[in-house]
Amino acid sequence: MNKNRIFIFSGLALALSIAAFLSPFASKNPDGLDRVSQDLKFTEKAAAESPAKQLPFAQIFEEYSFKAVPNEKVSTALAGVTGTLVVFGLAWGIGKLAVRKTEPK
Amino acid sequence: MFFVPIHLAMHIPDGYLSLPVSLVTGIMAIALIALSLNRVQSEYKERTVPLMGVSAAFIFAAQMVNFPIIGGTSGHLMGGTLAGILLGPWAGSLVMSVVFIVQSVMFQDGGLTALGANITIMGLIGTFGGYYLYRMIRFLIGHHTWLGMSVGTAIASWTSVVVAAAVCAVLLALSDTVPLALGMTAMLTWHFIIGIGEAFITLSVTSFIWKTRPELIYDAPNMAINQTELDNL
Repeated sequence: MNKNRIFIFSGLALALSIAAFLSPFASKNPDGLDRVSQDLKFTEKAAAESPAKQLPFAQIFEEYSFKAVPNEKVSTALAGVTGTLVVFGLAWGIGKLAVRKTEPK
Repeated sequence: MFFVPIHLAMHIPDGYLSLPVSLVTGIMAIALIALSLNRVQSEYKERTVPLMGVSAAFIFAAQMVNFPIIGGTSGHLMGGTLAGILLGPWAGSLVMSVVFIVQSVMFQDGGLTALGANITIMGLIGTFGGYYLYRMIRFLIGHHTWLGMSVGTAIASWTSVVVAAAVCAVLLALSDTVPLALGMTAMLTWHFIIGIGEAFITLSVTSFIWKTRPELIYDAPNMAINQTELDNL
């Protein structure tokens, strides 16, 4: 199953490259929902002290950036790489746990 | 009041949705996840598992890359239809849920109280709606042809973004955040355009996999199945 291993590694490498090298240069313009909330003036309804900001992760991350890293682009890249690895591991793990039970052993 | 836009925050935040809307969408999301886990358990094989990891990684990373459209607005990949096409709707929903949960819990993108709505809107509509629309079009045009796959992918992914935007407008109206007609018009206008980006990215990925590793696609074309059988001899 070497072919599969190559696919997994190149797929993950592609995702990590996008997170590291493209996400710091993402457009800073508001996205669809943000734009609508600004135009129609309901942005202020967003909770300033949202529950997620009370979680321990908020000590480390300020949205998609590491609080400890001052350089904005590097900080975004590192946060992106971290998040990419976390979802990769979680999705793989959940898939593994869910599928395993049916495997005849 | 001068408002500084929050950069790279992309999903529904806390505060936009009323308690009943949050509760109902929260229950729908939990039901969706439970049902998906169940179906993945009974229907999927070990070989899907690595692709779930890779898909989650790609969708998470790609969602971070906002692309500018017209008028000072940006769009970004939603990815639900992509997950549905590659993994099928069940494993696709799980992958999307993982992405939204990590975004919300770790990166404060999308409110915790809006998590159910974000999973329902972008997960359910993208993975299930998008997948079944894609499959129907692919079946009509040519189930085992690149053209059928491509037209299905493009139309389904564009539609999933537009429908998700419409449902979002409905939830905002139900929550008394913005009147329906106003919110709907604005959401649809931008997402008609953002959907083109979604279709472009989704088609690029599915087309690349179709040409290099077609047997990995959930509804693998005949040629790929025959090839896998040959490999296994």
